[in-house]
Order: sequence, then C-alpha cells, then structure tokens
Amino acid sequence: MNDIVIYTIITVGAIGLVAAVILFFVAKQFYVEEDPRIDKVEEALPSANCGGCGYPGCRNFAEACVKADSLDELFCPVGGNDVMKEVAEIIGIEAVEKQAQIAVIRCSGSFEYRPRTNNYDGAANCTIATNLYSGDTGCQYGCLGLGECVDACTFDAMYMDEKTGLPVVIQDKCTGCGDCVRACPKDIIELRNKGKKDRRIFVSCINEDKGGIAKKHCSVACIGCSKCFKECNYDAITIKNFLAYIDYNKCVLCRKCVAVCPTDAIHEINFPPRKKKPADTKAAPKEKVKENTDLIDIAKKNQNNNKTES
Amino acid sequence: MLKTFSKGGVHPPENKLSAIQTIEQLALPKTVSIPISQHIGAPATPLVKKNDSVKTGQLIAKSSGFVSANIHSSVSGKVIKIDSVVDSSGYKKQSIIIEVEGDEWLEEIDRTPELKKEINLSSEEIIKKVGESGIVGLGGATFPSQVKLSVPRGMKAEILIINGVECEPYLTSDHRLMLEKADELLIGTQILMKALKVTQAVIGIENNKADAIEHLTNLTKQYQGISVQALKVKYPQGGEKQLIKAITGREVPSGGLPIAVGAVVHNVGTAFAVYEAVQKNKPLFERVVTVTGKSVKKPSNFLVRIGTSVANLIEAAGGLPEDTGKVISGGPMMGRALSTIDTPVTKGTSGILILPEGESRRGKIYDCIRCAKCVSVCPMGLEPYLLMTVTEQQNYERTEHERVMDCIECGSCSYICPSNRPLLDYIRLGKVEVGKIIRTRKA
Amino acid sequence: MSKLLIVSPSPHNYGNDTIKSLMYGVLIALIPTLLVSLYFFGVGALIVIVTSVISAVIFEYLISKYILKTKPSIMDGSAVITGLLLAFNVPSNLPVWIVIIGALVAIGIGKMTFGGLGNNPFNPALVGRVFLLVSFPVQMTTWPAPIQSRLQYLDAVTGATPLGIVKEGLRNGEQVSELVKQIPSNMQMFIGNVGGSLGEVAGLAILLGLIWLLYKKVITWHIPISMLGTIFIVSGIFWLINPEKYMDPVFHIIAGGALLGAVFMATDYVTSPMTPKGQLIFGIGIGFLTVMIRLFGAYPEGVSFAILIMNAFVPIINLYVKPKRFGEVVKNG
Repeated sequence: MNDIVIYTIITVGAIGLVAAVILFFVAKQFYVEEDPRIDKVEEALPSANCGGCGYPGCRNFAEACVKADSLDELFCPVGGNDVMKEVAEIIGIEAVEKQAQIAVIRCSGSFEYRPRTNNYDGAANCTIATNLYSGDTGCQYGCLGLGECVDACTFDAMYMDEKTGLPVVIQDKCTGCGDCVRACPKDIIELRNKGKKDRRIFVSCINEDKGGIAKKHCSVACIGCSKCFKECNYDAITIKNFLAYIDYNKCVLCRKCVAVCPTDAIHEINFPPRKKKPADTKAAPKEKVKENTDLIDIAKKNQNNNKTES
Repeated sequence: MLKTFSKGGVHPPENKLSAIQTIEQLALPKTVSIPISQHIGAPATPLVKKNDSVKTGQLIAKSSGFVSANIHSSVSGKVIKIDSVVDSSGYKKQSIIIEVEGDEWLEEIDRTPELKKEINLSSEEIIKKVGESGIVGLGGATFPSQVKLSVPRGMKAEILIINGVECEPYLTSDHRLMLEKADELLIGTQILMKALKVTQAVIGIENNKADAIEHLTNLTKQYQGISVQALKVKYPQGGEKQLIKAITGREVPSGGLPIAVGAVVHNVGTAFAVYEAVQKNKPLFERVVTVTGKSVKKPSNFLVRIGTSVANLIEAAGGLPEDTGKVISGGPMMGRALSTIDTPVTKGTSGILILPEGESRRGKIYDCIRCAKCVSVCPMGLEPYLLMTVTEQQNYERTEHERVMDCIECGSCSYICPSNRPLLDYIRLGKVEVGKIIRTRKA
Repeated sequence: MSKLLIVSPSPHNYGNDTIKSLMYGVLIALIPTLLVSLYFFGVGALIVIVTSVISAVIFEYLISKYILKTKPSIMDGSAVITGLLLAFNVPSNLPVWIVIIGALVAIGIGKMTFGGLGNNPFNPALVGRVFLLVSFPVQMTTWPAPIQSRLQYLDAVTGATPLGIVKEGLRNGEQVSELVKQIPSNMQMFIGNVGGSLGEVAGLAILLGLIWLLYKKVITWHIPISMLGTIFIVSGIFWLINPEKYMDPVFHIIAGGALLGAVFMATDYVTSPMTPKGQLIFGIGIGFLTVMIRLFGAYPEGVSFAILIMNAFVPIINLYVKPKRFGEVVKNG
C-alpha cells in the first residue's frame, strides 16, 4: 500500500518537473517583447470594451495610445478627461481635454403624437424593418421603436418607454460611447456635449419633409419654419431641408428658441422650470392627433409579441 | 416521374382561386402615378414636366444606364406633378403623376388584334427594340430584359427557358396569359430565340395547370424548336436556378449567372410583352395582375395600366374585405406587404393578395429546437438556422463564409419553422450587411 | 381606412408545423410501446410511467417559473416525452423515489440548466437514466420477468436481460450455442416477451412508431437506419469471425435498447446533427460505439452511453459537415 503512494508521488512529481522545465524554455524562446506601458494604460482604462473610442477593445486602444505621438485623435469617452489624463501621464505626453458627451434621441414621435399608419409584424430589429420599408408611421425618418439601440448599449443606460414607444437615455449611466449611434439605422441618435450643469438644448426631430407633410404625420415634428433661426442671436441654428439643427458648440443655452417653436420640437434638458409661462410667444397647447387608443394597444402588443420568448 | 429540382422545397397550399377567371380590362383610372424606378438598377430620368400633355405609350422617362429601363406613359392626359409617392417598397419614390384625359394612343402602335407571325427584325434590332420598349422581367424580379438578352462575350446561350411555373400560391396571371394569349406568347418566344440565336426553347409549367400544358403542347406543334415541359408542383420551382436545374439538370454555379450553363430564363409575361413590342410596336405600359384572397368577393385577373392605384384594383374585385389584415403585392411567399393601398401598380406587380386578419400575423417565436427542417427545405443547400444565429451575433465574416449571398430569399425556411423563427428576416439582414462588406472590399 | 394594415417581411404564408404538433407526433408514436409495456409489466409499469411523466412535467414547470423566471411552456409536450422516455429506460420495479430523482436529473440537469428546450447538448432522458444507472446500479439492473410479474411492483420476480445473460455467460467461458438456450428466441424478444427496461422490450411496437414518425415527416430515416445498419454490420462481422463467441447481428438489433435508442432517443431534434450527412455520421458513430461497449465493455448494454458520447460530438459535426450547396464551385488550386 505504501509503495503505491510513494510511486504515485514520484511519478507525478517527475512529470511536473519535466513539464515545468519545458514550459520554462518555451516561455523564454517565444517571449514577445512588449511595451510595458501598454499594460499600465490598459489598467487605467475602464475595461468596458465598448468600442466607443473606435477600437475593438480597451487593449487595442491602449496599444494605439502608446504608439501615438499625440492624443488628439484618441479619446476614451467612458473614462473621460480624468482617465485620459492618467493615460497621458503613463505615456508621458500631453492630454487633450475634451467635453464629455451624451446621447440624445432626436425623435419625439410617441404613439400619442405620431399616429401609426400600419402595424409592423416582422422580426423585432430596427435594421430589418428599415430594409423592409419606411416604418409604421407616415414619417419615414422617425424612430421605429424596436429597441436596437437599447440592445446595443453596453452600460444599461437606455430603456424603451412602453408608453411612448421611444428609447430613453438614462443620463447618469450614459458614457457617450456611441454604440447606440452606430446601431440606429435611422441615424436618430446623436452624441452631443453634456453642456454646462448638464443642460442641453436640441431639436428632437430629423424629419426632412416639407412642413405640412411633416406636421401631418407627426404633431411634434420640426416643420422648418425658421422661427428659432430668427430668434437665435448666436448663429447656432441652421436650417437645411426643412429641418433645424442646433450646433452645440455655439449654443449658449438661452432657451429662446425653445419658447418660439410652434411644434415643441426643440427640447431643453435639466433646466429649472420657467418662472412665468410666456403665453404670447408660445402657440396654443399642442394639438394632439386624434387617436384610437386601441391602435396604440395593438401596436404595443405587437411589439411585445415580436420579442423572442426565451 | 415528372421533372423537378432536386434539393429542398416546400408545398404551400396552392389556393389558385382566380384560375378560371378570364383576363378583364380594368377601367381607366382618373389619375396614374408612374414611379421612375420600377426595375432593378438606376432610376430612369424623367423627360416630361408639369403641365405637359402625353399620349398613351409615349416615352416619359429615359433609361439612365446599362442596367435601367425606359418608362412609358400608360394613359393619355396631362402631367400634374412629379412628386414622391410611396410605392410597394414602402419608401417614397419619385413618380410622374398624370391626370387621365381620354385614351389617345401613339399612332405607331398597332392596336389590331391580328396575329403577326413573321419576325422581320434581326437579332440586334430585337434586343434594341426590347430595350426601347422598357421591358423588364415580369415575374417580379424586374430585371431589364435587354440586359439578359445581351449574351456576354465568350459565352453562348444554348437553351431558352420560358418560365410558366407560377409556383407562388394564389397567383394566376401567368396561367391565364398562357391560356388566352398562347399564340402571342409562342411568337414572343420565337422572337427571344432569334435574339439569343438559340434553336431550342422549353416552356416549364407546373402540373397543377393541366389545361395550360395541354393547350400549349397542342400549339407548339406549329412552332419549331419550342416544347412544353410539365413539372412536379414544388415551391420555389419558379426560381431561375431551380427551374434551370429542373429542366436541364444543370446547376448554375454559386455567384454565377444562368448563362454560365448556357441557359437564359424569361417569364411568360415577358415573352408576351416582347411579342407586343416587336410585332405590334407597343411598349410595356400595361400588365396582367391577379387580385385575389380568400375573403375577396370576386377574385379576378385584370389587364391593368401601370401606375393605377392598387385601391382601384381592389375596388374592381369587390372592395376591401372587412377582415383584411394584410395586402401583399405579389404572392404570399415572396411578395411585399403594402403599408397603404394607395400604391401604384408597377411593372413588377404580378398580383395583389389580400390576407384576412387571422392569417396575417406571425406566431409567437420560440427557441430553435434544432429540428433541421430549415436545412432540409433550403433549395440552395444552406443552413438557415446557422445564418440567422451568426447574423444575430453580427459575425458577418462567418455569415459570408456560410454563403449567405447564395440565398434566393424564397422563404421556405421561415415557412417550415415550427418555432416561428424569423429566419429569412435575419438572413436578409445578413445579405445586406455582407453585401456592404463585399462592396467596401472591392472599392 | 378604418383599420391599419399589417406589414412584415415575406414570407406571409406559414406551414402547419409547430413545436406542439411535432412533439405530439412523437407522443403518438410512443403509444404502441406504452401499451406493450403495460401489457407485459402491468402495475409496475403503470406506476413508474405515471410517476416519471408527472414529476418531469412538474419539475419543468417549477424550474422554468421559479428559477429561470420564464413563462412555463409545459404544454408543448417535450417534458412529457422526456418523462415517458425516462420511464421506458428503467425497470418496472424501480421505487418511486428513484424515478423522481431520475426525472429531476433529466429535466433539471439534462435540460433546464442549459436554458430549456432547444439548448441542451445531451438527451435529457438519457442523462437521467445514466445518472440512475451509476447511482443505483442494483435497482437499475434487476429486471422483473414479463407477464408473471404483472400484478407485482417492488416485490416482482426478477431476472437478467438477454444481453446480461450473454455477457455474463461469455465472461464465464460459455459458448454461444449453450447460452442461446437460456434466452428467449428472437421472435419472443421482438414482440416484447422478455425482461428489460419498460420501453425497450417491444421491437415490433417501436417499429410501428418509426413508421408513424417517418410517415408524418417528424423525423427522417437517416439516424435510425444508419445506426441500426451499423450495429448489424459491425456485430455481423464479429459473428462471422467466431459465431461461438459472438451473438448473431439480429440478436444485437432486437435485444436491449438498440431499437428504442435508434427510433426515439438518437433522433431527438435538439441533440442530433442538422444535416443529413451529419446525421448519417452520428448514427454510424452510435451504432459502432454500441457494439463496442456490448462486446468489449464492462456493461452488457451500451446504447445510452453511445448516444450520449455522440451527442457530445454533435457541435463539431455541425461545424464541419455541411450540406451540399447548390451550384458549389470546386476551386481548382
């Protein structure tokens, strides 16, 4: 009995020793010289592997940083300026300050404002729906509400609002990595500067139809009326193809454009409530499209059905 | 034992409700909207502007490239505007909208019903005429016909196959055409043979159209080189590659064209249009459209001017049924669901199918149980379950490697799947994404 | 327009196959086997089958509802099939508590840990069966004699299976010609008058099930035929070499679980390859392993192990065995 134990120990020990020797030499032979800074940079990065920097993963980004001469083109949106400063220190070059960004949804066509003109019953995937046709409303630019952006988000920073059928960005969680921007086949989502005190103003619509047509399909569409353009004193607003766009680098957040928009297409976020309602500048309360609530239910049910049961 | 293709295929219920209805001329609508892109390839360039008067058969938009097609006015009247209209693709497309005034045809069009058997044009002239007349594949693919007739250098056409299969359930427009316009069809076939310089033509017809097979077989005795081949009923036999396989036994190589195996396939509708264009000088501005569905009052086959609203056709067939759930342009397997019935009929519209609400919705999706039915029905020998999975994972390299581009989008996999998985939806997505990758690689 | 049109990508036409219809097809095919086992093993069979099916369904329901937190889909019939197949793979005098453990392992470990129907790599019923076989070897290898133990359950008269008798006999140096006298004739075995697990005794009934499954196009011929064919050929070769040392090939097909395995276990959708060619390879592999285990392994029967081993090869078969593509171009250099 004792013999067996002894032999076993000897055999296993011998095998272990031989393997260790082989491994030692192999590791020496095939050692790859690598800049040790890459490991350090990678450690400093958030390890989310979201691809927001334009590289497949954090490791690739770290390699790029170490190779680069300047960090002008390299930025980790998730880590932000703090992390980039750290990275710059490790490599020993100047960090470039960038404004933090956040995703905004440029469509407000909820069930309420944008009546459905047909029911989509295909696979619950925005790109598939886009390849098929223009969408289940009269507006061929608007959100399809199938949630591909929500699926693409690495940080759980988005969810679909059941009531409106539109995605919502959770501001505290959004890192501005841009995964949703790339996922959206309709190009509705945009990365914008977070802005002072997290305050932002943007046009929540990308409809390029003529005003009348846009308005017919969606009561909160930008109709390209130019009122905001005239109101803006800072040249921040441009109108192209019957659509207003606010340049976030020029906007000073004065909120004048928000007040004059006849369709409420311009959104303000994180501003304190207005003291008095400027009743004269603002048009009558939004006209709601008459709508059969059954249809909303059907559309919603339809979308739920499309999700895979698992 | 009847011929058929060897691999895969399904048997959807045939439902040929309108098979006994003779072709009726549909009354002229008040306005037509003629999209300038009714074919595969570049959209045509409009030649008319607002307030211009046009005659029936007049060229109103010109082919803008090698793969493109002329568009002719289907009515006489005044151009009201050129605007974007939602077509069967679901997107807004530029269309020429014409208000109908009378029905004045161009003088050079021969409107007499006499059969003209002699073919006076040479091969080149025929191909030119087909191109001028704006003829595209009328089976639904809408590929410009003159391109298919121009055999690339170094290749030789050996056999012309006329596609009278009509394997899509419900549709009967080709079936009626074969019964009612058989002689014209056969002369059209001879014209195509002359254009391609081939001596043999085979008309492939599925065995569920026994009357058409008999009728054409009798007539072909007078036409040299043309024969009729009865085929076993199996979907998707009307697919170009499947039909060639069924009739000649040859397989078109992956990524290749039918001409690679010496075959050229044209639809019966196209052969008829070629007859009218070459012998009667009549460009393509009307076609036969089946309007059908289980709850449609009067399933019919109409001869319709291009640009007529689908709503008009449905009205003529007894109106939109109460229980309508889906209106499809084309057949139930490959047709496109319309988002609105105010959509114009185009050259590719072979039928309007109205499905009741109960048949319109897809079932609940379950996990794949790996039953392998999709693999066994795929006529292209692909693995649909795998293509869907790798596309969902956005692993497009693998998707391409598994030959997603071979897919003919026949829908047999989605049809058979017991878990109601949207296989074809994802495969199509994979094709689009892989197509993008291939294009960037080439560029 | 008063109502909205429905828009979806093509096709707009759907076949009649559903998971339910396919599973019920299998259940119908199992009925003849069920009746035969009830006829030969009576009360014991009834108790084991009812316990197994009910506990399988209950476990599936509880696990999917409280652990996976998905809507239970017990109505699709797959849990019933697993329960039934598990019962068919155990002797009729197995105590209820062991059957329940088997059902728990089959459903819980064999199926639900992987995410439920469609995701399990191994045949759940066989996972349960093999677990019981290694955990309760005595209870799992004492088989009640047919007919005479109809009215008994735990106290049934027991005996060995023909495969067991042959294995034991050959190990003791006996000749095949002597052993044949101790076991029922091939014909008796074919109709099911033999000791063994509940469902594997009735070759005839299983063949009826096979015909039904093929007729209804629930399964294709590839797996059963290639598996049985391989068993026949491989065991036949050994039999030709030395008929006194090896049993004849017909015996190998009829005895034990070869038929049950070929028709109902190996053909399980989820755990078999996707392409016809792959299915042939799978069937041949099972057949070969079965014969090897029977002739040279420690166990008298090897179908369950063979199927489970080949289940493990399914992903790799799917990866490398592709259907013949239409118009495949053979590249020259």
